[in-house]
Amino acid sequence: MIGNLDYAILQQLWWLIASVVGSLFLFLTFVQGGQTLIFTLANTEEEKSLIINTMGRKWELTFTTLVLFGGALFAAFPLFYATSFGGAYWVWMLILFTFIIQAVSYEYRKKPDNVLGARTYEIFMSINGSIGLLLIGAAVGTFFTGSRFSLNLYNSVTWQTPYHGLEAALNPFNLAFGLFLVFLARTLGAMYIVNHVDHEPLVKKARKATWINMLWALPFLLTILISLVTMDGFAVNPTTGEIFMEKGKYLNNLLGMPVVLSLLLGGLGSVIYGVAATGFLGKNSGIWFGGIGTVLVGLAIFSLAGYHNTAFYPSVSDPQSSLTIYNASSSKYTLTVMSYVALAVPVVLAYVAYVWKLLDAKKLTLAELTGEDVKEMY
Amino acid sequence: MGEHILTTVDWARAQFALTAMYHWIFVPLTLGLSFLVAFFESIYVKTGNEEWKKLTRFWMTLFGINFAIGVATGIILEFQFGTNWSNYSWMVGDIFGAPLAIEGIFAFFLEATFFAVMFFGWHRVSKGFHLFSTWMVAVGSNLSAVWILVANGWMQFPTGMAFNPDKARFEMQNFWEVALSPVAVHKFTHATSSAFLLASLFVVGISALFLLQERHQKMAKRSMVVAAVFGFIASVFVGFTGDEAAFSVAQRQPMKLAAMEGLYVGQEKAPIVAMGIINSSKKPGDDLPAFYAEKKIPGLLSLLANRDPNSFVPGINDLAFGNAERNIIGAEQRMVTGKIALAELAHYKYAKETGDAAQAAAALALFEQHKGDLGYGYLNNPTEAVPPVPTTFYSFHIMVVLGTLFPLIFLLVLYFAFKGTLEYQRWLNLACFFSIFLGYVAQQAGWVVAEVGRQPWAIQGLLPVGVASTNIAASNVQTTFCMFLALFTALLLAEIRIMIKQIKIGPEA
Repeated sequence: MIGNLDYAILQQLWWLIASVVGSLFLFLTFVQGGQTLIFTLANTEEEKSLIINTMGRKWELTFTTLVLFGGALFAAFPLFYATSFGGAYWVWMLILFTFIIQAVSYEYRKKPDNVLGARTYEIFMSINGSIGLLLIGAAVGTFFTGSRFSLNLYNSVTWQTPYHGLEAALNPFNLAFGLFLVFLARTLGAMYIVNHVDHEPLVKKARKATWINMLWALPFLLTILISLVTMDGFAVNPTTGEIFMEKGKYLNNLLGMPVVLSLLLGGLGSVIYGVAATGFLGKNSGIWFGGIGTVLVGLAIFSLAGYHNTAFYPSVSDPQSSLTIYNASSSKYTLTVMSYVALAVPVVLAYVAYVWKLLDAKKLTLAELTGEDVKEMY
Repeated sequence: MGEHILTTVDWARAQFALTAMYHWIFVPLTLGLSFLVAFFESIYVKTGNEEWKKLTRFWMTLFGINFAIGVATGIILEFQFGTNWSNYSWMVGDIFGAPLAIEGIFAFFLEATFFAVMFFGWHRVSKGFHLFSTWMVAVGSNLSAVWILVANGWMQFPTGMAFNPDKARFEMQNFWEVALSPVAVHKFTHATSSAFLLASLFVVGISALFLLQERHQKMAKRSMVVAAVFGFIASVFVGFTGDEAAFSVAQRQPMKLAAMEGLYVGQEKAPIVAMGIINSSKKPGDDLPAFYAEKKIPGLLSLLANRDPNSFVPGINDLAFGNAERNIIGAEQRMVTGKIALAELAHYKYAKETGDAAQAAAALALFEQHKGDLGYGYLNNPTEAVPPVPTTFYSFHIMVVLGTLFPLIFLLVLYFAFKGTLEYQRWLNLACFFSIFLGYVAQQAGWVVAEVGRQPWAIQGLLPVGVASTNIAASNVQTTFCMFLALFTALLLAEIRIMIKQIKIGPEA
């Protein structure tokens, strides 16, 4: 069945699959957000441990989703993988460094003889949640603002700045994107603490942190939205494949794809409701509205970048080298094979959800942190 | 320019070697210890004996410490293909990306999801579901090994693909040929069984330390028996799969096999060098002896390579310069064909750009005739096709010697365990403890054989490392190399100290 699909449909399908994985990652960055809250929300060692143990049961899911996002892009859009990772070398390397230091921090923080001391591992977590997300946001921002690279006849990339991607973080739009992700993650992290922790003083502070962080995120969100609807964008001629600048490209995309507009508005509405429900209405389920909203906004952003005859990884210095979902993708055969593989994704999502429900059935308490399982606690 | 690119490649290789070797310190222990913990917990669930639970949780703690740094050192390997091997990522991403994505979908989520249950679910899920989760972590870890070794197997023996001159890349034609390639199967069976062996050595060695210290003796002996049985079965399997892997290398990477044995001149009844000191001045094609001193076993290499002790095994010189008598086309001749293929590819691309259809068709036809040796066209000298012989030779021999020693240790442990005198065998317990380190040496040596022996190729015969790397100034990669070296070393030291502390605390705390 999948084998009969048109090549272009497969390319669009794989952009959608990659977008879903990327958007799920954005939701799961509540872990990173939570990591940055340990220094601002926790007043006592116990509260710090509650936050870290709450996030500690989910950090690997976020990490794995990031790895899968990379793997899916490699398999489906190898030219993007080669161009962006090889070209914007430093931005990706620094992002990876922040995830490397995160991965050991949960396990090692409380263990005796951990060489670096608990505080260092807490700083590692905080760096991952702040600089790591800021840079990821800046990298995603270049989907709209473009980068300076060229590809030769053999599709080999040459990056045209010596900063190899770090220049992205200096662009105001990219920076706003990065900072929005940081504060969105903190908002989601606070919502998850409210949902998962049974410790009134901390929960009370987390409720407040939810709307305060959303407030911080707001100017960056507005910068992104206003820029998106006013900026020119990188359009592709569907017949010739030629890239050209189009006035109001992303506004045109929004109006030309009403579904995407609804995803964006619905997603933002859902996040705002989640914040209000957690911050002001005393509800614990805000994370689900925040999470679903984040996924919808993520899908809208990726759709704006990749669909409607748009170059999703544009080159400002050599526009004809820009990547589209059509020129950067794998062969039809590989996309078909991978589509069969992707049929397993719902099964994976099902068992992840089942185990999530099982583990989160009981809230985390201080008693659990000091009980029989104390050795396993982070 | 050439010198500049070489430097970048050197640093990129050094960085990949560094990160991969660090990663492989932790992975084999994860692969094997996950199963051992599952065995221990199964015994606990079956017997209901709380001591087995205590034992399970002790080994699980060590597993968790090791697992975290394994994850930390792993993420860079996936992304490094893009950052440091950007041309590789484009040229073979159509084939190579798929196993990595499949690894994420099928394996990593199993590990990540059930790992949380394994450590935090003791009082949140039923006993049965907890055991199921522990098994899922073991299955997930080993499934991830399947797909990464499929990817590595394809680098050693590219199959199931064709070159697309329009896209300037290789494209997958047959997924099953890639996934079930005999090299991938041998890689998986050999690497995972050796991982089981290492984890068994770890459990046996740490338990032996407890016996030497006269602490936790009952728990130590129980752990040792389970691990020695697992380790012995694994080591027999390692021997069997190692033989199959070597046979596979002989058929598909004869240059690697020749380097593994320091065989410069091909011969019938080719011997295996039981012990030898390589002549470091020896170069392909010269008349110097290959060894300063050696002890050989006649016919054994022929038997290993062709299942016939009288058969001919080609040497480095035959494969580099050709041997007409034996119908061996050497790298020298392949370079000529490869350069024609590259030139015609360039003509084709140019003709297409300029819209000259006739010229494009002619160039494409010539390219198709010569494309089989495409990769050799990038070489400048046939000796470039020869991997570093001393490194490959010594690594291979260290691995084999150690691999032969380990089953004997497991057998002795089992013998004295059944005699009931294990705690009195001081020398054996010392040997068990030190074997942990030898196990790690064997693991690293095995990968050095596989990867250094594949040089100069990123993809055997198709893509040399120099063409595969990213077009970036060497200073960038040099800096990240130093950052990785510092960070991974710091994390390794932390891991070792935490591990030692937990072993000192033992299962009773």
